[in-house]
Amino acid sequence: MDMTIQNHPSRLDNPQSLKFETFSYLPPMSETQIEAQIEYCFSQDWDCAVEYCELERATDDYWYMWKLPLFGERGAKKIMQALNDCRDADPSCLVRLVAYDRKRQSRGMQFVVHKGGL
Amino acid sequence: MSTKTYDAGVKDYRLTYWDPNYTPKETDLLACFKITAQEGVDRKEAAAAVCAESSTGTWTTVWTDHFTDMDHYKGRAYRIEDVPGDDTCFYAFIAYPIDLFEEGSITNVLTSLVGNVFGFKAIRALRLEDIRFPLAYVMTCGGPPNGINVERDIMNKYGRPMLGCTIKPKLGLSGKNYGRAVYEALRGGLDFTKDDENVNSQPFMRWKQRFDFVAEGLNQAEAETGERKGHYLNVTGPTMEDTYERAEYAKSLGMRIIMHDFFTAGFTANTSLANWCRVNGMLLHIHRAMHAVVDRNPYHGIHFRVLTKCLRLSGGDHLHSGTVVGKLEGDREATLGWVDLMRDSFIPENRKRGLFFDQDYGTMPGMLPVASGGIHVWHMPALTAIYGDQAVFQFGGGTLGHPWGNAYGAEANRVALEACVMARNEGKDLEREGKDVLLNAAKHCPALGAALETWKEIKFEFDTVDKLDKAG
Repeated sequence: MDMTIQNHPSRLDNPQSLKFETFSYLPPMSETQIEAQIEYCFSQDWDCAVEYCELERATDDYWYMWKLPLFGERGAKKIMQALNDCRDADPSCLVRLVAYDRKRQSRGMQFVVHKGGL
Repeated sequence: MSTKTYDAGVKDYRLTYWDPNYTPKETDLLACFKITAQEGVDRKEAAAAVCAESSTGTWTTVWTDHFTDMDHYKGRAYRIEDVPGDDTCFYAFIAYPIDLFEEGSITNVLTSLVGNVFGFKAIRALRLEDIRFPLAYVMTCGGPPNGINVERDIMNKYGRPMLGCTIKPKLGLSGKNYGRAVYEALRGGLDFTKDDENVNSQPFMRWKQRFDFVAEGLNQAEAETGERKGHYLNVTGPTMEDTYERAEYAKSLGMRIIMHDFFTAGFTANTSLANWCRVNGMLLHIHRAMHAVVDRNPYHGIHFRVLTKCLRLSGGDHLHSGTVVGKLEGDREATLGWVDLMRDSFIPENRKRGLFFDQDYGTMPGMLPVASGGIHVWHMPALTAIYGDQAVFQFGGGTLGHPWGNAYGAEANRVALEACVMARNEGKDLEREGKDVLLNAAKHCPALGAALETWKEIKFEFDTVDKLDKAG
């Protein structure tokens, strides 16, 4: 392979340099791939939720909740539908999947599935 | 009513301290010692001697014993077991009443249990293999200042192990050049960078310049990536006054995490700093310099699982654990044993992992094990499989040694980690399919391709010196 030294493209004035924590260094996932991650959440007995936010305040802890978390929902298609509904309501927003681990009182997983405006 | 009268002289320890019929109480502190006795010394007598010297006894009878009820305060050696595959030594189990220990003082526990007894003439070598802290004692200790769940909320990292890097060269950089190395590693995708343990406040880089430049680099990396970052600012100082001054300054810079060396600084210092961190909402990374001096020899010293329990009670949010796969010592099963002791609330006895007792931590938070030392991107699948999400993987040379520099080294590690986590969640077996996962991920990340090329074929396969005791 070409091992020539490269210049790193990350820049403050380029929004493409922004990352969004887990899985944000991988190429965007297909719906099938997202559903596989949702199935993994179910296998851990985590409940899923959908959150969205404007790009400007993506670093905040609290994003807007899309409706309420889907407690007890164990259909990956249903969760996928909620992600898509949220995205379609305002495609300029960021949309993320959140998985709540109630036993540890933590989030077992969280990753952005739609990067509006980027 | 039986009465006891004073009878001066030296008695066999076993008359007072060997009690095979004793059933340990839930509140007793239990210890398992591996004893190598001097030639001709009976096992029960040696076990009783260790028990006496680590609890109420001294070498001769003293009349002041009779002021108190020694049966209430003395330790009891209650069981002896063979060491599998080794007849030069044996295990002795000893129960100590909880009254012997000051609440919340790991310093006091260790001064009692492993004080004078390790130089005792009747034994050739002595190793503290494990201790069981009763829950009643655990509840008197502060423990981790924040714990794993709070750390994840503070750092906003979920569903994956975290990534770190120790800045190198470990000595001799100026504060400004050091900050450059931090900035590059963080902007490339790492969650944490780390001071080396020997970096304190030497003439080439005083702590204040380091803290200032690290904070600037870290803030720039956060602005550029939009992600939360940390740098373990090593606040270990020559005195507690210096340590607190450094910790306060780190906090004033808005930093999230500081670092301490618990073993060279001592348990009292560590407990104080952990308390400071709890009050000030700072995460505490714990390094373990000097541990191998006492925990590596299989016949003499203190096993690392004991140090792990002591540190969790004293307080820390991260603790170095070894890697299983890198350049440092680590038997896989033994490592998993003390990794569980860092993270879980209840860890059952498991001799296959060297755990001699059940350990119940009650509601005390867990610590993140830190796998560091000689690991690189090819190890990522195995590390992810072995440790799961609740860990920090630290690639020093494995980040800074990337042919295109720190930022690309960091990016390669981050892409590799995320690809491994994604594949694991999809049901792939990382230890079998890890190579394919990495090669596929490299197709969209040239930096990962270059890293895979740079470190192909490097392995560290020396035999472990301190193995678990097994027959045959």
